[in-house]
Amino acid sequence: MTRLSSAFAKPHPALVCFITAGDGDTAANLDALVEGGADVIELGMPFTDPMADGPAIQAANLRSLGAGTTTADILLIANEFRERHPTVPLVLMGYANPMVRRGPEWFAAECAGCGVDGVICVDIPPEEDEALGPALRAHGIAPIRLATPTTDAARLPAVLEGSAGFLYYVSVAGITGKQQAEIGSIEANVRRIKQSTDLPVAVGFGVRTPDQAREIAQVADGVVVGSALVDLVGQFGAAAPAKMRELTSALAQAVHSSQ
Amino acid sequence: MSKQANSFRTQPDERGHFGQFGGRFVAETLMPLVLDLEREYRAAQADPAFQAEFDDLLEHYVGRPSPLYFAPGLTKELNGAQVWFKRDELNHTGAHKINNCVGQILLAIRMGKTRIIAETGAGQHGVATATVCARFGLPCVVYMGATDVARQAPNVFRMKLLGAEVVPVTAGAATLKDAMNEALRDWVANVHDTFYIIGTAAGPHPYPEMVRNFQSVIGKEARAQMLSRTGRLPDLLVAAIGGGSNALGLFHPFLDDPDVKMLGVEAAGHGLDKEHAASLLGGSPGVLHGNRTYLLQDADGQITEGHSISAGLDYPGIGPEHAWLKETGRVEYTAVTDDEALDAFQLLCRTEGIIPALEPSHAIAAVKKIAPTMPTDAIILANLCGRGDKDIFTVADKLGVEI
Repeated sequence: MTRLSSAFAKPHPALVCFITAGDGDTAANLDALVEGGADVIELGMPFTDPMADGPAIQAANLRSLGAGTTTADILLIANEFRERHPTVPLVLMGYANPMVRRGPEWFAAECAGCGVDGVICVDIPPEEDEALGPALRAHGIAPIRLATPTTDAARLPAVLEGSAGFLYYVSVAGITGKQQAEIGSIEANVRRIKQSTDLPVAVGFGVRTPDQAREIAQVADGVVVGSALVDLVGQFGAAAPAKMRELTSALAQAVHSSQ
Repeated sequence: MSKQANSFRTQPDERGHFGQFGGRFVAETLMPLVLDLEREYRAAQADPAFQAEFDDLLEHYVGRPSPLYFAPGLTKELNGAQVWFKRDELNHTGAHKINNCVGQILLAIRMGKTRIIAETGAGQHGVATATVCARFGLPCVVYMGATDVARQAPNVFRMKLLGAEVVPVTAGAATLKDAMNEALRDWVANVHDTFYIIGTAAGPHPYPEMVRNFQSVIGKEARAQMLSRTGRLPDLLVAAIGGGSNALGLFHPFLDDPDVKMLGVEAAGHGLDKEHAASLLGGSPGVLHGNRTYLLQDADGQITEGHSISAGLDYPGIGPEHAWLKETGRVEYTAVTDDEALDAFQLLCRTEGIIPALEPSHAIAAVKKIAPTMPTDAIILANLCGRGDKDIFTVADKLGVEI
């Protein structure tokens, strides 16, 4: 079993936590997420042009790049995380250009070397898979795809083809950190997707509170929380880890006890 | 022998790739919409009624065909090749941008979309979009970097007069690329009713091809006009390049005329070794805003800011077809600095009584260098893609004149 499949094989839904690499004391924040009970970690790769992100993650990207974060720094953060937490799945999430800048082979090999389990690239749809997908698969890294409310039945097979790890269901047609979709629509879409795949389905975009997370965990295999955690870094800076542990713990309790 | 070797006019392929460039690098939420747009565009292309309405609006609303003009004063001054201009600055709204906006809004209406969004840098595309939205009664939101809002105040006011909502974008560096990011964020959240009118031949497929085709009216007219006036084709085409739509519009109908050379002119800003906006000459291939193309970027793939005296040229990317035309060698690319463009701006004012925009002033600066090296019976055709009214404040500032 891979680290990712183990995380989704637990007797409860998985809490997936996102923070942006290089924003604040990332190592301490990552440790706080694990201590709080996160089952999967998504580490955001900052990009100058995060066009799928709302204000919270945009600001985190700017803070990180403003502090001088490089790709080498991000890979080092990942590598050290893997040394401290041998079993917690780690996924890199970001945009195509920083990932393919030195070639997909280079990036995939670096990910494998740092113990990264999966990669979510926001702006490489299945139609452009060759830009990164083959290299990731060759190195045993799961290409994790996104499905959205606009991914209709005709298109879903193309999204699932070549996906691995889990499927990230984006609950709203929109950007990160904004409004949440109503639960009925989420439930119907997750059920629809699960009829076509054995991959676990995690739901994200707009999930900020334990109550929201609990509700979604009742109908999905995992819940992704990002903007609310990233906001803590913006708000509390060096004091963020304690706040992050607190919120993650509340989220984990809600998600893990939901079913 | 591949199709590509026979013709330069058959790109992109069915996936929207121009060689290794182009494509559809967008978030999943937008993919179904982009595919839908492509289907609808193909249907419109095959519909004579669509083309007829486009042609009618270009003739009676935009004022096409634009004149082909022999520039005697500039030709005499440069003492070399004959210089001719395609006068797209005489279009309604004062630039070539309107050609594309007419095409895209007809497509939006055909698709049943009820809300239009656009990004703008200098404001010309924003004004053109606001114009067609007023003409067809559709609400219009224009995203514009806060920096550009400040330095292009007349165009901001024009857009507002035309009924558009202008949203200043403060994210990032608050210029054109950030406006495009914000427009994409709007689009992804409003896919059900919103059509995004992209202003240049860039973005996800089918935009680069579609914008090029709408702008190709420039080259089609120019080719026929030149044949009719001189009995032959020009020796050299010259056009300025930001995203590259006016250049593609002029070049594309000539791409398979082997004796017609072409020169795209990027903005060298303060110089190619300093701050500039020359993605082809000073950038490298990458992925941004839906397509793989040449970008200004650092070693980690972070996008760097373009600089040009012309707000219409300071985008850190370029249409993917230009990237392909550069790699195939069919089109040559060069760059001129802010100062050279400023000189050319004044040169055209003085020799022809035409105040050009700062964008085509880059093309004129290149013409100024090349014309004297060519024989007097040679013909250069440059695209005068915009008029300079919007730039007089910038120019006055650079010349140290208070107005």
